Amino acid sequence: MTHVKEKDFQQLSDVTVRFAGDSGDGMQLTGTQFSDTTAWIGNDLNTLPDYPAEIRAPAGTLYGVSGFQLHFSSTDIHTPGDTADVLVAMNPAALKKNLPDIKNDGTIIVNSDAFDVKNLKLANYDNNPLDDDSLSGYHVFEVPITSLTANALEGLPLSPKEVSRCKNFFALGLMYWLYDRPLQNTEEWIKSKFKKKPEYVEANSKALQAGHKFGEMTEIFTTRYKVEPAKLPKGIYKNISGNEATALGFLAASVKSGLPLFLGSYPITPASEILQFISNYKNFGAKTFQAEDEIAGITSAIGASFAGHLAITTTSGPGLALKTEAIGLAVMTELPIVVINVQRGGPSTGLPTKTEQADLLQAVYGRNGEAPVCVLAARTPRDCFNMAIEASRIALKYMTPVILLTDGYLANGSEPWRIPHVDEITEIKVDFRKDPEGFYPYSRDENLARPWAIPGTPNLEHRIGGLEKSNIYGNVSYDPDNHDKMVKLRTQKVKNIRNDIPDLKIDGEQSGELLVLGWGGTYGTIKEAVAKANNAGLNVSQAHLHYINPLPKNTEAVLNNYKKVLIPEINLGQLARLIRGEFLIRVEQLNIVRGLPLKVNDILEKITELLGGGNGK
Amino acid sequence: MANNTETTTPKYKAKDFSSDQDVRWCPGCGDYSILAQVQRTFPEVIETRKENVVWISGIGCSSRFPYYMDTYGFHGIHGRAPILASGVKIANPDLSVWVATGDGDLLSIGGNHFIHACRKNVDIKVVLFNNRIYGLTKGQYSPTSEKGKVTKTTPFGSVDYPFNPISLSLGSDATFVARSIDRNPKHMQEMIKRTGAHKGLAFLEIFQNCNIFNDGAFSVLTEKDTKDDHTLFLENDKPMVFGKNQDKGIKLDGLKPIVVDISNGKYSKDDLWVHNEFSVSPTHAIILAHLDDNKDLPTPVGVFRQYFKETYDGGIANQIKYVKEKKGEGDLEKVLFGGNTWEVD
Ligand code: SF4
Repeated sequence: MTHVKEKDFQQLSDVTVRFAGDSGDGMQLTGTQFSDTTAWIGNDLNTLPDYPAEIRAPAGTLYGVSGFQLHFSSTDIHTPGDTADVLVAMNPAALKKNLPDIKNDGTIIVNSDAFDVKNLKLANYDNNPLDDDSLSGYHVFEVPITSLTANALEGLPLSPKEVSRCKNFFALGLMYWLYDRPLQNTEEWIKSKFKKKPEYVEANSKALQAGHKFGEMTEIFTTRYKVEPAKLPKGIYKNISGNEATALGFLAASVKSGLPLFLGSYPITPASEILQFISNYKNFGAKTFQAEDEIAGITSAIGASFAGHLAITTTSGPGLALKTEAIGLAVMTELPIVVINVQRGGPSTGLPTKTEQADLLQAVYGRNGEAPVCVLAARTPRDCFNMAIEASRIALKYMTPVILLTDGYLANGSEPWRIPHVDEITEIKVDFRKDPEGFYPYSRDENLARPWAIPGTPNLEHRIGGLEKSNIYGNVSYDPDNHDKMVKLRTQKVKNIRNDIPDLKIDGEQSGELLVLGWGGTYGTIKEAVAKANNAGLNVSQAHLHYINPLPKNTEAVLNNYKKVLIPEINLGQLARLIRGEFLIRVEQLNIVRGLPLKVNDILEKITELLGGGNGK
Repeated sequence: MANNTETTTPKYKAKDFSSDQDVRWCPGCGDYSILAQVQRTFPEVIETRKENVVWISGIGCSSRFPYYMDTYGFHGIHGRAPILASGVKIANPDLSVWVATGDGDLLSIGGNHFIHACRKNVDIKVVLFNNRIYGLTKGQYSPTSEKGKVTKTTPFGSVDYPFNPISLSLGSDATFVARSIDRNPKHMQEMIKRTGAHKGLAFLEIFQNCNIFNDGAFSVLTEKDTKDDHTLFLENDKPMVFGKNQDKGIKLDGLKPIVVDISNGKYSKDDLWVHNEFSVSPTHAIILAHLDDNKDLPTPVGVFRQYFKETYDGGIANQIKYVKEKKGEGDLEKVLFGGNTWEVD
C-alpha cells in the first residue's frame, strides 16, 4: 500500500469553477449539485449555466458542449465570474470551447480517457493538447475519469453505457474533495432521485465516493482549498434560480391578494420552468393552462382576468411578439394581467438558451396604437420573487397589463436567498365592484383605474372589448374627442404608477463624475465593476432600474447629478435610447451582445476610459 | 335592487336579455334572426341567473353580438373568442359561457383555437354565424366560400376548397355538433336549447344570409319551392325522410348514402338510415356532414352528434380538489421554506 501524504489546505476567498462536457454528460446536473452543496455550507454564490439548444447534440462535437460556471466565496458576490479559475473538461471539445474563458495560470482537470483520436478529431485538434505545450500556461491534471469510474463500479449489474453515465459523479466527488465540501447533500439527492432504481443509487453514490477518495489517495493533487462561509444576514436560506423565484413570487401574490392564480402559457425556452413549477401548486388552487400557442396563452389569461383571477402568462422574446395584439386588448379593456418575458437572444428564434436584454423596446412600445403598459425588470435570480409580487400588485391596483422582464441568465442562474416569512410579505388589496349604484364600466378611481366587476355579480352586467369605449359609460365610441381623451387617460394611468414606486436609489456618491445606470440582469456585473473602480480610486456610482415604465420620479434629478452617465446593456442601447428620448441628456453606452452576461472587466475598462484613466481630469 | 345573495333564478323574459344598445347590422341581415331566437329562448335555455351568463366574440359582423345581449360580454380580438371563453370558463366553471363567431373568425384566423377547444372539451357553447363571406371587411371570400367564388379578392374565382365546419368539429372530437338555418326560427330555437343544455363543448353552425355581400348563399334551403327537397331534418331515432311530400329517404348502401323513393312501394321507411345522435363512433355523423358533397343529396340540419366526456374545466377543478385532498390546502410558508435550506445566525 502506498503511503498517502497529508495534503495541504490553502485558504481562498473566492473561486470560479466551470464544469464542461457533452450535453449528455450531465454537466448541468453536476453544476447544480455543486451549487446546492456550496450554498448549503454557507458560501455566497452565483451561477451561469451555458448550454446548447440541442438536447443531445452528437457526442464529442464542439456544438454539443454544455457548461456550468459557478462563482462561490466567503464574501458577498454578484456575478458568476468573468473567467474561471478551474475547468473540469470531460472531453477535448469541452476543453477547446472553454479554454478562452479560463484564467491564465488556471487549473484544468481533464478526463484523459476521452482524449482519443476520434474525440480529438471531432474537436478539430490536430495534436493532442495534453501532449504538446499548448496548455503550458495552466496547471493541467490528467485524470482517467472514465476508467476510474468503471473500476469503482466493477461488479455492479450495469451496462458499460450506464457505468459511463456515472462519470460526472466521479468528477463531482473529486471536486468536493478538492474544495472540501461534504458529499451528504448529493448522496441524499441521488437517493431520492433514483428511488425506483436502487442499482443507480448504488452506482452513482459509489462513483461520487470514488472521486472523493481518488483526491485523497492520488499523488497528483497536493493541495486542497477551503472557502469559508460568507457572512450573510441572519435568516433561513436556500439556493434559488430566477425561474423558481418567479414562480414562488406569483404564488405568494396569489395568496396575498386572495385571488386564485391562473397561468396560461405555451412552453418556450428559457421560460417553461415557470409553468412547470406553478403546475405543482394545484393545492393552492393555481390553474395552469398549457395552451395551443402563445396567443392562446395570453388570451386565456385575459379571459381569466375578466373572470376575477390573478392572471399571468409566461414567455420569451418570440412569444412576446406573438402576444402583442392581446396585450393591446388588455390595455384597451383595462384588465390586470402580468406578462413575464424571460429574454433570450434574438431576433426570431435567435439563441434560445442564451441571455440578452434586447426586448426592452418591444416591451415598452411594441404594440399598435398608443398602448402604454407598465414595464418592470428583475435584477438578480432572487429578486424575481419580489418583482413578481410587485408586478401583480401594480396590475391589480391599476387594472393594467404589466410586463415583467427577466432573462436567460437570471432564469437559470441561482444564488442564496434569505427566505421571507409569509407575514413579512405585504398584502395586496383587491376590491371587486359589487355595488350597482352609479356603476359604469369605465368610471375611474383616484388612480384612474376602472372598476373590476366580474361575471357572476348581479346587476353589473356590462360589455367590454377591443373597440374604443366612451369614457365612463363604456359604450363603443368613434367620437374623435372621446378617443383623444381615452388615449390620454390610459397613458396618464400608467404614468401615475410613478407616485407609487420607490425612488431610484444610488449606490455610492450621490453626485460626481460618473453614474453607471443599468436595468435587469446586469446588476451584479455593474456592481462588481463599480466596486473595483471605487477601490482603484475612481469616482463612480451605480443606479439600477427596477421600473422602466414609468421611470421613478427622481430619475432625471439623479442623472443630472453626474457629469457622465454610462449605460451598459446586452443590446444596442435600448435603455440609452429611452433615457435620451425622455430627458434629452447625453449618455454613454457599452453594448456587447454575445448571448452571455457582460463581464466585469469590460465595464471596468469602459469606466476607466470614460474617466480618462483618472477622475475625468 | 341588488341583492348579492340571491340564488334563485327569476322568470326571465326575452327583453331581459336585450341591452340598451342599438343593433347595427344591415337591414335584412340573418344576424337579426339569430339574436331574436337567442333572446327568445334564453329564459328557458339558461338554468342560472343572467349575471352568470357571458357572451364572448372575436371580430366580424357576428362578433358585435355580445353588445346586444344584456349579459356580461367581451368583444375580443380576431379569432380568439374560443380561447378567451376558455379562460373565463376555466377560471369560473359556474358561468354559462357562449361564443358568437363568424366563418372567418372561427375557421380562418381562429381555426387553431377552435379545434383545441373542441379537443379539450371546454364547456363553452360556440355559435357559428356562417355566411360564407367576409362581411365586415366588405366582401372577400371566406374559408367556407365555395370553390370558384368570385369576390373582390378572387376576381377570377377562388381556387381554394372550403372547410366543412361540421366535419371539422366532428374531426376535432367536439362533444355536441349541430346545424340550423337563420330562416327557420323554430328549428333554430330548438337547436339553441339543445346547445345550451349540453355539458361540454357545443358547436352550433347557423347558415346565415349576408344580404349585402353573399345574398342567397343558402336560398335552396330557404326558398319555398326548393327547401323541402334540399333539406334533411335530422331527428334522433327517426328514419331520414325528406322532400316536399316526405316521399324521399336516405338509405345507407354500405357506407355510401343514397336517395331512395319511398312512395312507389319499392322502399319503405324501414329501409332507411335511422339517425342516432348518440352513436359511439363519429363515422356516421361524418358521413352526414358530407352528405351534400353530392349535390343530389340534401343538406342535413339538426344534431349530428352528441356524446359525453369530462369537460376540461371540470377536469381542472377536479384535479385541484384531488390534490388538495391528497396534499392538504396549500401552505405558502411550507413551500417557501421547503427544499434544501440552511440557517445563518
Ligand atoms: S355585411 Fe352582411 S353579415 Fe354583415 S351585417 Fe351586413 S348583411 Fe349582415
